[in-house]
Amino acid sequence: MTWQGSIQVFIVLIILIPIAMLLGSYMYRFLEGGKTFADRPFKRLEKGAYKFCGVNPDSEMVWTRYLFALLSVNLAGFVILMILLALQPVLPWFNPAHMTRVPFWTNLNTSISFITNTNWQNYSGETTLSYLSQIWLTVQQFLSPVSGICMLLVVVRGFSRSSCKTVGNFWRDFIRTIIWLAIPIAFIGAIVLLALGSPDNFNAYTVAHTLQGHRQVIAQGPVASMTSIMQLGDNGGGFFNANAAHPYAAPNAASLIFQLILGMSIPVSCIFLFGKMIKDKLQIRPILLVMGVLFIAGTLLMYHYEAAGNPALTAHGIHLASTQNYEGKDSRFGIGTSTLFNNSTTAVSWGSVAASNDSMTPLGGLIPLFNMMTGEVIFGSWGVGMVGMIAYAILTLFLAGLMVGRTPEYLGKKIESFEVKMSVLSMVVPSLAILVLSALSVALPAGRSGIFNHGPHGLSEVLYAFASGVGNNGSAFGGLNAASPWYSATVGIAMLLGRFAMYIPLMAMGSSLAKKQKIPTTAGTFPTHGILFSVLLGGTVLVVGVLIFFPALALGPLAEQFAAQAGKLF
Amino acid sequence: MNQRVLFSSIRLVLLSLIVLGLAYSMAVFAVGQLFFSYKANGSLVTSGNKIIGSSLIGQNFTSPKYFQGRPSATTPTYNAEASGPSNYGPTSPLLLEEVKSNLERILKENPGISASQVPPELVESSASGLDPDISPASAYLQVPRVARVNHISATVLRNYIRQNTTSRFLGIFGTEYVNVLNLNMEVLKLDHKH
Repeated sequence: MTWQGSIQVFIVLIILIPIAMLLGSYMYRFLEGGKTFADRPFKRLEKGAYKFCGVNPDSEMVWTRYLFALLSVNLAGFVILMILLALQPVLPWFNPAHMTRVPFWTNLNTSISFITNTNWQNYSGETTLSYLSQIWLTVQQFLSPVSGICMLLVVVRGFSRSSCKTVGNFWRDFIRTIIWLAIPIAFIGAIVLLALGSPDNFNAYTVAHTLQGHRQVIAQGPVASMTSIMQLGDNGGGFFNANAAHPYAAPNAASLIFQLILGMSIPVSCIFLFGKMIKDKLQIRPILLVMGVLFIAGTLLMYHYEAAGNPALTAHGIHLASTQNYEGKDSRFGIGTSTLFNNSTTAVSWGSVAASNDSMTPLGGLIPLFNMMTGEVIFGSWGVGMVGMIAYAILTLFLAGLMVGRTPEYLGKKIESFEVKMSVLSMVVPSLAILVLSALSVALPAGRSGIFNHGPHGLSEVLYAFASGVGNNGSAFGGLNAASPWYSATVGIAMLLGRFAMYIPLMAMGSSLAKKQKIPTTAGTFPTHGILFSVLLGGTVLVVGVLIFFPALALGPLAEQFAAQAGKLF
Repeated sequence: MNQRVLFSSIRLVLLSLIVLGLAYSMAVFAVGQLFFSYKANGSLVTSGNKIIGSSLIGQNFTSPKYFQGRPSATTPTYNAEASGPSNYGPTSPLLLEEVKSNLERILKENPGISASQVPPELVESSASGLDPDISPASAYLQVPRVARVNHISATVLRNYIRQNTTSRFLGIFGTEYVNVLNLNMEVLKLDHKH
C-alpha cells in the first residue's frame, strides 16, 4: 500500500461533501418548493412535458396512487424497451456493425435489468447491440434512478408532514428530477468525459493495421454520452463488456475519478436533502458518519488485500517484484484507484467496474459482496441508500426501545408495529431472495453448469450474482455464465424482488408516518443525532448483514482464503 | 382513471425516447465532433494515410524488437471488438498456469533478469484485455533487449521512457505508466535514424 493509494478515499470524500451540500439544497428547492437559478428555461420544458403526457402535476396523491403511477412508468418502460430491443435487426439506423437479433432471454433479462436501475449485463455491448439499442438503454439510465428519488420523497415526507393523507404528486417529482437534475448534469458530465478522452461517434468499427502488422478492429460508438448518465444515475451498464476498465470508457485516472464523483454526488446529496426536508440538520450526522466509516473501512480493507496479493501464487513459489494482485486490473489505475472504484461501485450501487471482481483475492472480493449484502446502504443509489438507512434507523430504535421498554420515536414520529414490520420486510425479503436463489443454483444442474471457477470461488460467483441482482447493483463476478436461461430468469426475478419488495413496504411506511401527528421531544426521547445512536446504527447494519450471510460467506470467500494460503487450487 | 395513468406512462416513455435518447445523444455527439474531434473519434494514430491503431487501445506486440504490453485475456489477444478480463479466480489452476508461462517467456526473452525483478502486471492479464500501458519498471526491464535487437542506445531509450512516463493524476490518483504504442513508435523512429 502506498500513501497516495491510501489517502484517495479521504480526498474523494472531502471533494464530495461541499458538492453534495450544494446539490442537496438545490434538490430541496426544486422538489419541495422554492426558486432555483435555472427555473426559467426548465419550467417551459416542464410544462410541455406535463401537457404531452396529459398529467396534472398539482393534485396530491395518496400513496397507493403514487405507487401505481410509479409502477406503470416502470412497466411501460419495460415493455417498450423489450419491443425496441427485439426490433434491432429490422431498424436500419445507427447499426454500422450489423448487429442482429438479441436473444430472447438476454432481452428479457436486460429489459428488467435496465428498468430496475440494476444494469446487470449478461451480454457484451460491443458484440451484441447496435448504437441505436445502446441509445434506448441510455433512456432507461435516465428514468430508472429517478424512481429511487420518488421513494425517498415519499418516505421522508412521512416525517416532514403530519396528519396528512397524501404523499405528493408522482408526475411532478419524477419529471422535475429529470429536468432539473438528470439532464443538465449528465450533459455537462458527458462533455467533461469527452475532454478527458472518451470517444463519441456513430462510425463503423475502425479497422487498424498495427505496428506489428496485425489487423485490429476497434469498436467505438456514443461512449461519452452513455458513460456520463450511467455513472451519474448509478446505473452501471457500460457501453463495452469491460465496462469502466475499457480504455475508451475511462482513458485515465482523471476520467475514472471524475466518474466516481459523478456517481457518488447524488446519493450523498440525498442525505442533505433529507436533512433539509425534516428541517433538522443534526440528524444528518449519524447517517453520514455510519456510511462514511463503512465506506472508508471497505475501501482500505479491499486495497490492503489486493496490495498484499494472492496467497495461492506465493504458496506455489511465484515471487515477483511485488505481491500486488494485477490479474484483472489495468495499469493506468493501479491497485489503489482500482479498488477505490470497485468498492464504491458496490457501496454506492452503480455497478460498473474498473477491475475484474472475479479475479480479486478471496478477501478483497468479499468486501464488495458484503457491501451489497447490507442492502447497499453505504450511500446506495439515488434515494435508495438513504431510505435503506432510514429502515435500519427504525430497526435500531426498535431494538433500543425493547431494551428500555418504551415506544420508540424517530424524527418526531412514533414508530409502531406497522413501521417496524415494513422496515424489516424490506430487509428480509431481499436477503431471503439472495440465499434461496443461490441455494437453488448450486443445487440444480442448470445452475451449476454456469459456474466458471470451481471450488469455493464458484459459490462466491453465484452469491455475488444474486446479491448484485437483488441489490440492483449490476456488477458481477464476470465468470458466471449469466446469459444462460437459468441465470437470465433467476437474476431477473432477483432484480424485480430487490426493487419492489423494498419500494412497496417502505412507501407504505412513509404514508403511515405522514398520517401521524408530530410528538414533542421530551427528556425520555432517545436522541438520534449523537455518537451513541451512530454506534448503534452502524452496529445494526453490520450485525444484520453478518447474521444473515455469515454461513454463506464462510463457505465462499473465507474458505477460499484458507485454501489459497495452503496453495490448494480448484 | 387507471387507464389514463397507463396512457400517460406510455407517453412519458415515448417522450423520453426522443428527448433523453435521441436528442441528448445527438447533442453530446455534436459537441464532441465540434470541439474534441480527435478524442471523439477514438484518438486514432495514423502513419501516412494508414490507421495504425488508437493511442488508447493496446496492441499485441510479440516480436523481441518491440516493447511488449500486458497479457490480454481476449480471444484473440487484444481483440478490440470484444473486451474483457480473464475472470480467473485466485485459486484457479488456469491463473497459476498463466502466470508461470508468462514468467518463463519473459525470463527467456530478457536474459539476465530474475523473477524477483518482474512486476506482476507483466505476467498477469489486464481488466480490459486492451490495456495500452505498462509501468515504467516493466519498460525499463525490456530496454536491454529492445536496444540490442534494434542496435540502438539503451540510454536514449531510458531517457525517452523517463520523459514519457505519465505521472499520477494530481500526484495521487492512479499510478505511473508508459504508453506501449508510443514507445514502440519511438523505437521505429530511432531505428530508421541509423
